[in-house]
Amino acid sequence: MIVTLRLSTMSPPTSPILSVQPTRGLVDEKLKVVVESLPPGSPVTLHSLHHSEDEDYWEAFGHYVSDFRGMVSVSEDLSFGGTYTGKEDMGLLWSMRPVPGSRKGLRLRKMNVCSPMLHNISVYSGHVSEGFREQTPLTSVLVERWYMAPGVKRIDIMEKGVRGTLFIPPGPGPFPGLLDMWGGGGGLIEYRSALLASHGYVSLAMDYFNSQELESADLEFKYFETAFNIIKEHPQVIPDRVGMFGLSLGSLVTMHVAAESTIVKPRCCICVSGSHFYPRDRTIKEVIMEPRSNSHRLRIDENNHHVWRDMWIHLLDDPSKKVDVGKINCPILLVNGKDDQNVPADECAEDIALLMNAAGNGHLLSRVLYPDTGHLIEPPYSPHFRASNFKAAGVATKTVMLLWGGQTKPHSDAQEDAWRKILSFLQHNLYSSTPPRAKL
Amino acid sequence: MDRKRCTLKLLVQPSRGLVDEMFIILVQKAPSGFQLTVHALHKCEDGHSWEAFGHYTADTIGTVNVSEDPSLGGTYSGVEQMGLLWSLRPVPGSKPGLRLRKMNVQIPMEVTISVYQGHQTEGFMDQVPLASVVVERWYMAPGVSRIPITEDRLSATLFLPPGPGPFPGLLDLWGGGGQLVEYRASLLASHGIASLALDYLTPKITMETRKMVDLQYFEKAYKILEQHPQVHGSSIGMLGLSLGTSITLKMAAYSEVMKLRCAVCISGSHVQPVDGSMEDILKHFNKNADRTRVSEENEFIWRDLLLPVPSDLAFKVDMGRLKCPLLVVVGEDDQNWPASESAMDMKEMMEQAGNSHLLTVLSYPNAGHLIEPPYTPHARASLFRSMATREKMMALWGGETAAHSLAQEDAWRKLLVFLRENLYSGTNPGTPSLSHL
Repeated sequence: MIVTLRLSTMSPPTSPILSVQPTRGLVDEKLKVVVESLPPGSPVTLHSLHHSEDEDYWEAFGHYVSDFRGMVSVSEDLSFGGTYTGKEDMGLLWSMRPVPGSRKGLRLRKMNVCSPMLHNISVYSGHVSEGFREQTPLTSVLVERWYMAPGVKRIDIMEKGVRGTLFIPPGPGPFPGLLDMWGGGGGLIEYRSALLASHGYVSLAMDYFNSQELESADLEFKYFETAFNIIKEHPQVIPDRVGMFGLSLGSLVTMHVAAESTIVKPRCCICVSGSHFYPRDRTIKEVIMEPRSNSHRLRIDENNHHVWRDMWIHLLDDPSKKVDVGKINCPILLVNGKDDQNVPADECAEDIALLMNAAGNGHLLSRVLYPDTGHLIEPPYSPHFRASNFKAAGVATKTVMLLWGGQTKPHSDAQEDAWRKILSFLQHNLYSSTPPRAKL
Repeated sequence: MDRKRCTLKLLVQPSRGLVDEMFIILVQKAPSGFQLTVHALHKCEDGHSWEAFGHYTADTIGTVNVSEDPSLGGTYSGVEQMGLLWSLRPVPGSKPGLRLRKMNVQIPMEVTISVYQGHQTEGFMDQVPLASVVVERWYMAPGVSRIPITEDRLSATLFLPPGPGPFPGLLDLWGGGGQLVEYRASLLASHGIASLALDYLTPKITMETRKMVDLQYFEKAYKILEQHPQVHGSSIGMLGLSLGTSITLKMAAYSEVMKLRCAVCISGSHVQPVDGSMEDILKHFNKNADRTRVSEENEFIWRDLLLPVPSDLAFKVDMGRLKCPLLVVVGEDDQNWPASESAMDMKEMMEQAGNSHLLTVLSYPNAGHLIEPPYTPHARASLFRSMATREKMMALWGGETAAHSLAQEDAWRKLLVFLRENLYSGTNPGTPSLSHL
């Protein structure tokens, strides 16, 4: 028997083969991560690294063991340690957190939606938990995650005093439309609108804080109605299929407009992590300032995080401080987290249900409430942060660390589940040709 | 159908993919039994428009799935998941002799996939579709680096896969049309092979000095790869198409410098003056220029210029000298080179020399000369600038579209497996996952 020895310098490389599908996908698409040609039964770490627009580094990793064929499949195998454990096909994305040594209170948000988020997915030998940058991985690939599908058009809007960005799906249309509103942090946040347009909805992301003219509640209300009509009157929008989508403060505005507007009739509403505490005849700025006048109800926890949820609870007893939800006459979906530390979402949803049932329009309401889920219910696979730096827009407040709540794994599950339910609710109410019904 | 209330949905997955990945096209919520046309439109870099289309009938729940349902007519028929790409052809009214080739690989091909009402065959541009989406097809995976190479007076581009490496390497040669054609090298880098696309007919040095490159030019390109810190120097292969095959075989058999791990020869021949320079090789083809035939459509057929395959060993590469695995890919309807006949002769020579265990021949019936990456639209003939006359002439490449497209798909898959097996260690069990292709 002749045994041939192959010197390592002469034999071909034996590096494992990492394949990630798709290498260019939308942020809500699942990834398939497979490693092959590993030695059988070898411990490896799968690692994901992202360099954010703010120049911070985020990472996630899982500890795996290859099978007899030398293969690891993230969607089928279990992670035994790292930033996530168990069978988690998307763990390398949702469990991302700032690398050790990063600034505190970071939040990951893509501001430029015309370029993708880049993730470096690597395979390291052994079960590694730190010092990834000092080691060379066995192999790595680069993955692009897009908020915008090809063909989606992005248009700056500066019309009738409304400032925002309009996203239009590819194709002739006409399409249903959505007015997309964020929370009290302000700014022009485009990513959810871009993603909604990638799913076939003309979507207007609105910046509703920076306008100097909105000094009265009345003017402000008209601003939202105007924005809604900009979508409705767009040649590529089906005028009676325009809905509203809000998160946090945006939810509040959504409910308020749906209840009070005589001009604007949304086809349906989605309210994520919102309360219905809207002091009548007050502007949004004044609503934001509310916490300061209730500062005795503000709690600061042991980590120096500001907890706002209890500041509003007393408002539940005062009808003049709440949106008259009994006047809403379109299907409305409430999405909330039970561990929302910013807004008492659970109690509000209960109260909204009570009020709507009493008014006889309870059949229009659908609610989903997720355990151990916090305030920031974002598109799926977005990293979770229990608290982050926050500066209220448009008012002279300092930056504080706000507690949002939620535990990473259940919060991430909620994001994934909520998004699916949201898309199906929108599909049913805005695309279906049968009259819309409230229940999903 | 009332467009205002049209709820028909069109979905193409993935919306951004590599050119060799399959996509799924799904039409949903059409009326039951609805007749529709799925149409693809692409505007190439030269500004020409290309289209393909298939006729479908929605099932009882209003769905059409292009990967499962048969096209009843159009530019392709039957169940053809990728028919909308490989059957692309210039729109009516285009100038003749076009060939679709991507020169800028850093941006994707954009294809607009649309659904039209009814079974239509023309006038798509004058109508509004029921729905449409845009799909990107990339020759470069994210993270692949594109590095122009100009040292040693080379005109080349190196594509490195993402990651630390080291990677196996590959020299990538095209044929008699010249230019620096990058798309196959960038695609191979997207599959983990550091690939160097080399212009050897029209490089800067030839354009400036009017002299063809010598054989050291290729050896320099090999050395660039071999010495690159991210390339595994003892794992370098070579791939050539058409005239590129001539160079590949020459280097594999005779070069003292090149230690090729494996070689791939597509649509080429081993017939050439042994010890000849580039000029000698080109002159040899033109010796028999009178054997050029012209088809009924005035297309030039050049396959006979190298026939019959000589028995004189001075005029063909000594295949017995090959020491590395060789994959030969030929189209049996190749009208440009006598690839089939050459392959048969190569096999005989290697059998006689005792090294035929190194040879694998993939021979495709009804496939032509231009065996490209999968789903590349088939060009049975196109305008070609002959190196000899410097004129643009209509060359007949051959091949019947459906068979040729099938050949491209099959050949590519087998080519990737061949490269992986020979350039990576062969000791690991199981074939690499190419299931998404």
